[in-house]
Amino acid sequence: MIPSEFEYCRAGSVEEALDLLAQKGPDAKILAGGHSLLPAMKLRLNSPGAVIDISGIGELSYIKEEGSHLVIGACTTHGDIAKSTLLSEKIPMIVEAAAEIGDVQVRNKGTIGGSLAHADPAADWPASLLAGEAEIVLASSSGERTVAAVDFFQGLFTTDLGENELITEIRLPIPDAYTKSTYVKFEQPASRFAIVGCAASITRSNGSCDKVRVAFTGVSSTPFRDQAVEQALEGQAPSDDNIEAAAEKAAMSVEVMGDHFASQEYRKHLAKVYARRALQAVLS
Amino acid sequence: MKEITVTVNGVEHTLEVDPRLLLVHLIRENLSLTGTHIGCDTSNCGACTILLDGKSIKSCTVFAVQVNGKNIATVEGLAADGLHPLQEGFKETHGLHCGFCTPGMLMRAVELLEKNPNPTEEEIRWGISGNLCRCTGYNNIVRAIQYAAAKMRGDELPVTDPEFV
Repeated sequence: MIPSEFEYCRAGSVEEALDLLAQKGPDAKILAGGHSLLPAMKLRLNSPGAVIDISGIGELSYIKEEGSHLVIGACTTHGDIAKSTLLSEKIPMIVEAAAEIGDVQVRNKGTIGGSLAHADPAADWPASLLAGEAEIVLASSSGERTVAAVDFFQGLFTTDLGENELITEIRLPIPDAYTKSTYVKFEQPASRFAIVGCAASITRSNGSCDKVRVAFTGVSSTPFRDQAVEQALEGQAPSDDNIEAAAEKAAMSVEVMGDHFASQEYRKHLAKVYARRALQAVLS
Repeated sequence: MKEITVTVNGVEHTLEVDPRLLLVHLIRENLSLTGTHIGCDTSNCGACTILLDGKSIKSCTVFAVQVNGKNIATVEGLAADGLHPLQEGFKETHGLHCGFCTPGMLMRAVELLEKNPNPTEEEIRWGISGNLCRCTGYNNIVRAIQYAAAKMRGDELPVTDPEFV
């Protein structure tokens, strides 16, 4: 499958990429690892007039601690995130999500920023970024702004990213020491995209769950934080009954997707099962 | 058209390419290195796996223009000095049947063994999970990689199970 013709522009720096974006207008697309954009271009679901290649911008590939946050550059590959000991110690669900994406070759090339910009409803990233209360930094030639993950994802392949904007960084607040997190997933057996992906992050003190964050991907056309599950467990001492009751509330407030892999009813059932598994894993 | 310079199996090439040319087509058609196969063309099957700056990637999902200035290794470069231990392993343990997936398997396994010279069977199976084989059921491919790992470490070679040969 051959994509339609386009003008290829290579950006050597963020500044250059933003200038190119401003110049080329809404007909331009950003290319990083290409593992979301190329498949869409091959199927001609996307036929940009110009492609701005940012994969050579070394300054966009990093994982580091910055004050109270861990920050990840937009061009960091899933593979590098999956191998990060810093992330694995502080926010394990991020590393677990990265390791669930595709296969080694896909993780060697695909980037976190590219996946977020594409916003596939079955992508792995959104659940753990929502549960981790991540912020996404967007740059344009007129400046920079930071958007909470919960406001970034707006629908099927739809985000808050403006036409002249570029994702530069993902910022994750470092949770306090009594926080545990995980990402669990029921995958489509061929594509390995999430049919249901659930991330849970729980901070405990004196035996009770102080702060509970549970988020889903794959379930609805927009990834979401599930406050019904969170509230059912917050302030409670974890027990099998409490976990079961909280998990039962999963995906109640959203329109659940259905397709030939998993009907609406089955997906909703899976959301409860995976909520329970995630909560059990974190609270065990 | 864009001019790119790329080193493939140690040889530098400078070519004019259409920006929409896929890397796998550059390798197969412009450079006539047809060992790299096109299977699914959707980054699922792994038949087009090559090494880009030492990392295994699927060349059907990269534009040729993106590899300007980079180093590529394809299956043709493996046997520069007699069969590579992986190629020998695939031969000795019957790690292939039709052979379509083999170049991709080999290139994936090169990186796998470089990062992990002594992988467990499970690590090998996860390691090649982005490469599909529709003939062998993977058992002999895993054995082939174990054979190569032993040979590259200088260990005694595993005895080939007569049941599977």
